[in-house]
Amino acid sequence: MTVLYIHSLIVISEHHTSRKEIKEIAEKLQLTDLVLSTDARYTRHPSQADLFSAFQDFPGSIEHFPTGSIIPPPDFSYLRTKIKTDVN
Amino acid sequence: MSINKHRNILDYTLQSLLRRKFKNTGIILVFTFVIFIVSSIILLSYSLKKEAGLMLKYSPEIIVQRMLAGRHELVSTWIMTTILEIPGVSKVEPRYWGYYYDSGIKANYTIIGIGDSGIENNRLIKGRMPSAREKNVAAIGKGIADARIDIGDSLNLQNSEGKWMGFKIVGIFESDSEILTADLIVISEGDFKMLVKMPEDTATDLAVYVANETEIPTVARKIKERFPDSRPILRDEIIRTYDAVFGWRSGLILTLFAGALAAFIILAWDKATGLSAEEKQEIGILKAIGWETSDILEMKFWEGLVISLTSFMCGVILAYLHIFLLGASLFAPALKGWSVIYPDFKLVPLIDFYQIAILIAITVLPYIASTIIPSWKASITDPDTVMRG
Repeated sequence: MTVLYIHSLIVISEHHTSRKEIKEIAEKLQLTDLVLSTDARYTRHPSQADLFSAFQDFPGSIEHFPTGSIIPPPDFSYLRTKIKTDVN
Repeated sequence: MSINKHRNILDYTLQSLLRRKFKNTGIILVFTFVIFIVSSIILLSYSLKKEAGLMLKYSPEIIVQRMLAGRHELVSTWIMTTILEIPGVSKVEPRYWGYYYDSGIKANYTIIGIGDSGIENNRLIKGRMPSAREKNVAAIGKGIADARIDIGDSLNLQNSEGKWMGFKIVGIFESDSEILTADLIVISEGDFKMLVKMPEDTATDLAVYVANETEIPTVARKIKERFPDSRPILRDEIIRTYDAVFGWRSGLILTLFAGALAAFIILAWDKATGLSAEEKQEIGILKAIGWETSDILEMKFWEGLVISLTSFMCGVILAYLHIFLLGASLFAPALKGWSVIYPDFKLVPLIDFYQIAILIAITVLPYIASTIIPSWKASITDPDTVMRG
């Protein structure tokens, strides 16, 4: 375990040295997402996707892509609360 | 004297464990497997979550998309001047990006059109980035390079009119930045517009920079008020999306392994609580030759600790090797899905010791407790009764 701890410290310190370069790439290319899966638009850029993009054909349609199923559903806790709007 | 006593009890415990080596090795193997799976999930999700947080904190403060009939639509660059007038906004830049499906290798690429990137002498780029006015050159991610080409080669992409455009590869993003760049094709802004035939004075979306972080929500609200068809996405939301994604993913995998976990708990409970006739007899003999109840409890404590701690350490060590040295090879297929281009996960061993401590608390401690309690019951009974069974 001590060996692994020392290994982790070495890797982290090496990573810190490349952090500046990674920062420059993310900043200059204005990147917003990680490349975790590239099979669909909404799994490549989850943060930029349409709010309902996991169900593109119709609501409740079966998910096409395996990775889509490991993207969480939206927070529905607001349902059944009254919404007041001021109409001018 | 007292230390010697404890040492002798520990010595006896180890001898006793060795006498029942098949039973104990079985428990250690199953226990190690369960710890390995759970700690692999913990290490992977925490490391990815931290990595996402550290990398994405450099993305623009606000991305402004335009929505049309509920879908993401090209945004007019004319609105940039109006957004720039909002107090607190320091800079507004158009972003040109999109997707390209390569039917040759059945892969999706992300294409980015850039102006003057300002990236020079970056160690993570082999070669260089295309400059603003340069035509038909590109920098590509390592995933694409591995799948297709190398520096100096030409990448052919079909434009929206069906004509082929050739791009000379002048740069490749190195593997340390792969989790951000594996599927990128970076070309000049002009080339991007030509490739996708983007109408003049439009962009994919806008990057809005706000100098003071506390003003970001206010600026986003003002943008939404002035342009009701826009959708401002805050950087915090982007980071929260990834927190939710990794939380959900790790939760999902844990749920899949819940069956295995339950099976282990039943096995451990059965093995640890159900004292065999032989073990009961052993406790009876020890009592008869003068061992105190506290000595027997100490022996059982050491027994539980040796088994659970050995399994715990083996499980965590294997999980570390699996996630940080073997690139999470068991979980990677679930993350990759149908992706053709994907990064090789070289994760930084960022470890949350709090989660590891919780794992100790929910595995090692209950196991010790479940070995001590039945032994305590046996050791307070009359030795003669215990020995007779």
